[in-house]
Amino acid sequence: MKKDIILAGVGGQGILSIAAIIGTAAIGADLYLKQAEVHGMSQRGGDVHSNLRLSDKPVASDLIPQGHADMIIAIEPMESLRYVSMLAENAWLITNSTPHVNIKNYPELHDILTEISALPQHIIIDADNIAKDLGSKRAANMVILGAALPFLDMDIKLFHDAIKTIFGRKGDDVVQMNIDALKAGWDFTISKT
Amino acid sequence: MYKIPLLGDEAIAQGAIDAGVSAVYAYPGTPSTEITEYVLRSKEAREGKIIASWTSNEKTAMESAMGTSYIGKRGMVCMKHVGLNVAADAFLNSAITGANGGLIVIAADDPSMHSSQNEQDSRFFGNFAMIPMLEPSNQQEAYDMIHYGYELSEKFEIPVLMRITTRLAHSRAGVTRKEMREQNALKMPKIANQFILLPGNARRRYKMLLDTQDAFTAESESSVFNEYIDAEEKYLGIIACGISYNYLVENYPDHKTPFPVLKIGQYPLPRKLIEKMYNECDEILVLEEGYPLVEESLRGFMNNGKTIKGRLDGSIPRDGELNPNIVANALGIPHFKGRESSKNVVGRPPSLCKGCPHIYSYNALTEALEKYARGRVFADIGCYTLGALEPFEAINTCVDMGASITMARGAADAGLVPAVAVIGDSTFTHSGMTGLLDAILGEAPITVMILDNGTTAMTGGQDSNAFGKIEDICIGLGMDKKHIHVLDPIQKHHDKNMAVIKKELEYNGVSVIIPRRECIQTLAAKIRAEKRKVKLATQ
Repeated sequence: MKKDIILAGVGGQGILSIAAIIGTAAIGADLYLKQAEVHGMSQRGGDVHSNLRLSDKPVASDLIPQGHADMIIAIEPMESLRYVSMLAENAWLITNSTPHVNIKNYPELHDILTEISALPQHIIIDADNIAKDLGSKRAANMVILGAALPFLDMDIKLFHDAIKTIFGRKGDDVVQMNIDALKAGWDFTISKT
Repeated sequence: MYKIPLLGDEAIAQGAIDAGVSAVYAYPGTPSTEITEYVLRSKEAREGKIIASWTSNEKTAMESAMGTSYIGKRGMVCMKHVGLNVAADAFLNSAITGANGGLIVIAADDPSMHSSQNEQDSRFFGNFAMIPMLEPSNQQEAYDMIHYGYELSEKFEIPVLMRITTRLAHSRAGVTRKEMREQNALKMPKIANQFILLPGNARRRYKMLLDTQDAFTAESESSVFNEYIDAEEKYLGIIACGISYNYLVENYPDHKTPFPVLKIGQYPLPRKLIEKMYNECDEILVLEEGYPLVEESLRGFMNNGKTIKGRLDGSIPRDGELNPNIVANALGIPHFKGRESSKNVVGRPPSLCKGCPHIYSYNALTEALEKYARGRVFADIGCYTLGALEPFEAINTCVDMGASITMARGAADAGLVPAVAVIGDSTFTHSGMTGLLDAILGEAPITVMILDNGTTAMTGGQDSNAFGKIEDICIGLGMDKKHIHVLDPIQKHHDKNMAVIKKELEYNGVSVIIPRRECIQTLAAKIRAEKRKVKLATQ
C-alpha cells in the first residue's frame, strides 16, 4: 500500500486539520508516514499545501516526487489545480467547488471547473453547503476528507478514532459534527462513482 | 515501542525533554518556532520544571543557555538561520569558553526562502566556530541526535550545533522515544576561569579548541550518524548530507543505490570515510541542502583532483532546496515528469488578515505621506512586511530585525526628511531599542511607528517581550513624552490617526507613534478558547 497525497488550500482553511487526521489514522493503521507542512509567512491568506505520504514500507523523501501523487485533496478549486503536474497517471483529484476569492485576478470559475472535469478521475463537491446543512460551516474540510476516503483504502473507523483524538477536547458534539461531515462526504463520492 | 507522529521540530523538543534538558531559550523564527512551542505545551516539561522561555532575541537566548551550561545543566537554544547572525558573538565565543553542562544550539535553515530573507547555510557557522555539528536526515535521527549531542557536548566540554532545514523542521513522521533521563545536578566548572575570556586565558582556551579538532574528526569517523554504504558500481560515489539522503534513495527500489553512498550526519567531515570514497570511486557527487560547503572543501581552490559534481558544476541548481527530482536529474535517472501545469492558476501571495490593525495603520500612514515624494518608509520583519504588497505598497525596505529605525536614521541624517520607520512590538524589543537610542542621541528627524498588536504574530502568536512596556522603554531611552502618541488603528479613527502622523512628520526630531490593537488572530483564538471553556463548564 502506498498513497502519496497532496493537500491544497488557502491559509486558514483547515489543511493542517485534514493532514493531522489522516496522519493519526495512518499511525493507528501501523503505516509509515511522512507529512510535510507549510508554516510561517504563507499561512496568511496565501496558498498552502501539504505533502502526505503513507506506505506499508518505510518512506524516504518528505516530498512527493513529481508525477507520483496518487491524489490531490483540495479545499479550494483553483488550489486543486496548482499542483496538478504532481499527479500520477491514474490519480484522483477531489476538490471543494466553492472558490475563495481574495485576489483581484482570480480566474473564471467556469474555466477552472471545466479543466477539473476534463480530468479522468475527479470529484467536485459543494462541501461548504453540505457542511452548512449539517449545522457547521467549519466542518467543510471534513466533508472533503470524507469525499476522498473511498480512495484511501483505509478503514473508516480509523478516521473516527482520529477525529476523537484530535477534536476530543473540544467536546462530544464537535466530534459528532465532524464524524457526520465525514460521512456526508463519503456518501457523496459513493453516489458519484 | 509506540511511535508518536512528530514534526522534526517537535522531535528535537521531545528529544531534549527526554535527554534531561533543564532550560530551553529561543526567539521565534520560522522554521524553528515549533521546538520551543512544544516544550512550552509539554506536560512532562512542566512536571520536570524545565524552563522554556521566549527571549528578547537570539543573542540573549544563546547567552542564557550558556548560563545553564555554566552550572553543569543541559541547555538548549533554538533559532532560525538568520537568528544565528544575531547570536553570533555569543555563539563563536562559546566555542572558546566551551561548555560545562551539555549545550546544544539549534539553527533551522530555510533553503528556498519559504519564510526568510536569505538562505544562508548555518554549517559555515559550525565550521567557523570549529565545533562539532549534527545534521539529521529524518525525524527519528533528530530525536536520537539530541541524546547523542548532549553526550558529545559533555564528553568534549564543547557546544554542539544542530543544523536542520525547513523540510525536516515542518515534516511529520513517527518517532520512537527513549527512556527519560534525569536532569543534571548543579555542578560548577572544574576549572574556575573556564568562562573568563581575558586574552591570556582566551589564547589558552583557543589552543585547546585547536588541539581538539582531530578528536572531533575521529568522533565523526566512528559516529553512527556517518554511514558508509558500500555498493558494486564504483564509477560514482555519492556524499549525501542530512535530508538529501532521503531524496537520493527515493529514486531507487527498496532505497538501495548501485553506488557507494556516504551518508553524512555529523561534522567535522569524517576524513577517513571521504578518503575511502575518493580513492575507490571515479567521480563524486555531493548532495547537500544550502550552500556547496562539502563540495567546495572537496574541490579545493585549484580543483585539480577527481571530478566533483554538485551545485558548482551545475549538476544541481546553485540555489534552492533539493527534492527527489533534482537528484534524479543529477543522476540521469529518467522519471515521469507529470502533467502540464494548469493555465487556470494564478499566484496567491500571503496577505494581511481581514480586520488586521496593520491595514489601518498603513492606510493612515500612506495618506499622511501623500504630499511627500515616495520611498521614505523603512520597515522591518513581521506580518507588517506584507505592507510591501498590493494593495498597500506602503513600505520601501525590509532587511533584518531592527533595520527600520537605524536605516531611517541614516537616511534622515543624510538628507531624506521626513523618514519613517515601521517596526512591530516584538521586533522593537528584539533589535529596535538600541537603534531608537541612537536616533534620539543623534536628534534624527524620523517618525517611528511601533505597530503594537501585543504578540509575535508572524510566527503564530508567541508572547511579545514588549507587552505593556513600549512607552516606558521609549521614555527611558530619552524620548520626549510630547512626541509619543498612542493610536487606535481602526477605520473609524482614520482621520484622527492620519492627522497625528501628519503633524509628527513635520516635527524636526524623533517621534514615536504607537498604533495599538490586538492581533486579530490571537484575539480570535482567545475568544474560541473562552467559548470552549464556557461550553465544557455547562456540559
